[in-house]
Amino acid sequence: MRVLMLGTVLVLLACGGSDEGGDATVSTSEGAADTGPRGNGSITGTVSFAGTVPANPAIDMSAEQACAEKHAGGVRDPQYVVADGKLGNVFVHVKSGLPAGARYAPPTEPVVLDQDGCLYEPRVFGVMTGQQIEIRNSDPVLHNIKAVPTENRGFNISQPSEGMKTTRTFTTPEVMVPLECNVHGWMNAYAGVKDHPFFATTGDDGTFRIEGLPAGTYEVEAWHEKLGTRTTTVTVTDDGTATADFSFSPTTT
Amino acid sequence: MGWILPAGASSYAGEIDWLYYLILVITGIAFVVVEAALLWFLFRYRARPGRKARYIHGSMKAEVIWTAVPAIVVVVIGILSSGVWNDIRGRDSVPPDALPIRVVAKQFEWNATYAGPDGQLGTGDDFTTRNQLHVPAGRPVVVMLEAEEVIHSFFIPAFRVKQDAVPGMTTPVWFEATTPGQYELACAELCGLGHYRMRGGVTVHAAPDYERWQTDRGSPTVASTP
Amino acid sequence: MTTSARVGEQRIEAAVHAPAHGHHPPFLRRYIFSTDHKIIGIQFLVMSLFFLLVGGTLAMVMRWQLGFPGQAMPGGGVLPETMAPGGVVLPEFYNSLVTMHGTFMVFFAIMPLLVGVFGNFLIPLKIGAPDMAFPRINMASFWIAVPAGLIMVAGFFVEGGAAAAGWTSYAPLSASPEHSGVSLGQVFWCVSLIVLGLSSILGSFNYITTVINMRAPGMTWGRLPLTVWSLFITAILVLLAIPILSGAVIMLLFDQTLGTHFFLPGEGGQPLLWQHLFWFFGHPEVYILILPAMGIVSDILANGARKPIFGYKMMVASIIAIAFLGWIVWGHHMFQSGMNPTLGNSFMISTMLIAVPSAIKVFNWLGTLWQGNIRFTVPMLHAIAFVSMFVIGGLSGVFMASTPVDIYIHDTYFIVAHLHYVLFGGSLFAIFAGISYWYPKMFGRLMSHRWGVAHFWLTFVTYNLVFFPMHALGVGGHMRRIYDPTQYEFLQPLQPINEVISIAAFALFTSQLIFAVNFIGSWFRGERAGDNPWEDNSLEWTVSSPAPHGNFATTPVVYRGPYEYSSPLVEQDFLPQTVKLSTDTPPAASPAGD
Repeated sequence: MRVLMLGTVLVLLACGGSDEGGDATVSTSEGAADTGPRGNGSITGTVSFAGTVPANPAIDMSAEQACAEKHAGGVRDPQYVVADGKLGNVFVHVKSGLPAGARYAPPTEPVVLDQDGCLYEPRVFGVMTGQQIEIRNSDPVLHNIKAVPTENRGFNISQPSEGMKTTRTFTTPEVMVPLECNVHGWMNAYAGVKDHPFFATTGDDGTFRIEGLPAGTYEVEAWHEKLGTRTTTVTVTDDGTATADFSFSPTTT
Repeated sequence: MGWILPAGASSYAGEIDWLYYLILVITGIAFVVVEAALLWFLFRYRARPGRKARYIHGSMKAEVIWTAVPAIVVVVIGILSSGVWNDIRGRDSVPPDALPIRVVAKQFEWNATYAGPDGQLGTGDDFTTRNQLHVPAGRPVVVMLEAEEVIHSFFIPAFRVKQDAVPGMTTPVWFEATTPGQYELACAELCGLGHYRMRGGVTVHAAPDYERWQTDRGSPTVASTP
Repeated sequence: MTTSARVGEQRIEAAVHAPAHGHHPPFLRRYIFSTDHKIIGIQFLVMSLFFLLVGGTLAMVMRWQLGFPGQAMPGGGVLPETMAPGGVVLPEFYNSLVTMHGTFMVFFAIMPLLVGVFGNFLIPLKIGAPDMAFPRINMASFWIAVPAGLIMVAGFFVEGGAAAAGWTSYAPLSASPEHSGVSLGQVFWCVSLIVLGLSSILGSFNYITTVINMRAPGMTWGRLPLTVWSLFITAILVLLAIPILSGAVIMLLFDQTLGTHFFLPGEGGQPLLWQHLFWFFGHPEVYILILPAMGIVSDILANGARKPIFGYKMMVASIIAIAFLGWIVWGHHMFQSGMNPTLGNSFMISTMLIAVPSAIKVFNWLGTLWQGNIRFTVPMLHAIAFVSMFVIGGLSGVFMASTPVDIYIHDTYFIVAHLHYVLFGGSLFAIFAGISYWYPKMFGRLMSHRWGVAHFWLTFVTYNLVFFPMHALGVGGHMRRIYDPTQYEFLQPLQPINEVISIAAFALFTSQLIFAVNFIGSWFRGERAGDNPWEDNSLEWTVSSPAPHGNFATTPVVYRGPYEYSSPLVEQDFLPQTVKLSTDTPPAASPAGD
């Protein structure tokens, strides 16, 4: 009988133990101490696209009128954001070159991921480990947000009504974490999770700017959802601005 | 509110509805008879002082009657049902000229792939619509039902069609829509947090309109039905 | 070795741990780790009433969302953001509610209430035995059920929330966290049911052994009360069915945690295998949840009508027939599953046939009331309600049994209405009947008649307001397990029904407060019951109330069946099984083993 009771107690303890792991959203990442070097150096650059721009697929939103109304004249899935040969929605980040063991505290303000007209805004964004991602629903329809990471713990949450806000964090660097909505199969977003603040996403003009770097030589990577990655190495001096340009071309020629 | 089925709009809705009403009448009679007897006994044989209940342990005759009558009734219902079932789901029940449409259920969408002008699935002129099923009126359609990750259930209430879509299986389910118009396609098997929103529209076209729709399709804005 | 000697040994064994009168074991041994079947029965009662409350509370949250979709629930603000931010229930939490309501009600409320409570409390008392055959195993059965319940509750507090794949836990949804959003919760669900299964198996073979071996002299199979018959057959069903569930759940747990693919199609597994295994257990389980209720109701109806039960042998035969046919009807849960449709015909016929023994029981209950002298005690009111509601639940089953009609109503609120008419209208009314009937034998006091009547009528009326309109929802095509029915145009006209149901459900839930107050209050302040307040013939009413430790001072001798009401042989309208009339001859020996 004592054995039985011991078993009971162990099971209860096991349950209690797992309970505490439940609040991943609140726990901050290990990088609370902000000891990593910072400087005044920057990296800027332009991401260009050479070749014929593949057509973005049209989205059939006819079954979701509330969203279709926000896109007069039809809507296409913005996989390729190209203007004048410049490529937007490219995530550029310092891949290596920072001193080993450098730790950076995440900013207190969250990254906002909006769902508007059944599209994610922004579609591609960077976020630090431990930094909050505030997910908003600006549509009067159900969205679910499913993160399918390989390094982090995934989540799958829903926002059934307009105006809802939910925050989530990632704890491990991972480029990139795909986010999707299963109610609207076309909805995709990509989060670049880094343990330092040196990353940026190209705007519609294809440019980016990474600031606050200490002097050093860095490996910089550019990532595009369809076109893969490009890497280059730049040297940043104190107060200097280094340039890192990237060029993508269609994978299928 | 009530026991009346919503209007059916498929060739076999009438058969199913007939069986439903038959069972409704039979069970309705059984219900009234049993509950009335119960209430009457409760009133008639309520306890009164100085009275004793009848000392009786049973009646073989009564047992035979109330074993045989329900047995005959349910077996008759069973035989009638199996006839209808064989018409709808039996081996070789799918009409040979049925129009094939491939429907793949995934969390939380219905993707319908049409054969295109050549009438063959798996060829180059196939095209796919999302959450919008288009079928012709007056012609049998066989839906080749598949599921990507979890079980869903393909439910068009107006057509009296319900068939689970099971990952790893292709399940044929056929129906013949009779009345052009707009209907709803629902998921009837719990499939995750978006289950309640796994909704599609069904458009039944008159036969010539269906041909036109199939030819015109190409730009997704054409298929604009709320 | 004669049978009487064998029984004698058991008496001695039972006496060893049944301490002599006047010596009180310490509190812990007496009330917590007791081996007394009556204390264990009461422990099961407290535990399962708690889980009944949990399951009911979950249902109230569901009803709020269904009646008033997307509106903040009063008091819902206390729930964490992962369940109901701002008091608005989330779809993923709703799925957990659906799953856990069903799981708690089936496995932790109705099943232990019927089998754990009445099986434990009544079997030894009614057959004239001092305790169960294996008292320590009996205690283990309860103390294994408790952690199982706690593990199930713990699911709500882990990341991702509680299991959300339905109480039927259909794979692949239940086995793939990437699609359900629930990982630990599903694992907890599996572990809890495996643990609970052990408890049920230990309990059931104990019951079987006790009934076969420990009946008092003269307690032949033909004199066994129908409660004992039904619990005996139920125990056999439990012993055969639960291992199937345990096996299937272990396979599911392996799929979840060890990377096996029993039910996952990607690597050659088969989702329908889970359904076959689950329902091969699940349909006998349905009868596990109703057979003891039928037995309880039979005993109470005969007592309330002051009349022998009508057709005792047919009643026993129909219990056995249901138990047997219950094994060959599982496919009727799978008519639309993609199972070979030809099988549908076979399962339809077997399902239709199982209606026959159920009908026999109903007619025999009516026959029992016919020309009776009916006393409307609280247990009797609940027992009559059982008959009346079981009729509805049984008849609505015919719709689903008909394969073509099932195409339309499968997985709609019609099935929700049907199963609640059987499990609430049936089992739960029988449970209320049983609790109020044997309460004096458990606690020595009667529950209040006035409050009992109030509770009965409020429950009966609001219960029907909740579940009868659900038939109409089902006929309208309303799918079950959907979070927000207003999302479908064809369901929007049905929304007022959903509101009425929800309001009635809140009233139904509130009405149970009366039962709770009556139950707890009568424990301390109830009118003291005599030995035999209902003037019943069965053996438990020959001992004092509450029944003493060890049950019978001397082994009772049984001279007749338990239903000799209004016998012309005696003046009074009941004739206990142990009364020896001048015409009676003592039984030759114990019937055990005959």
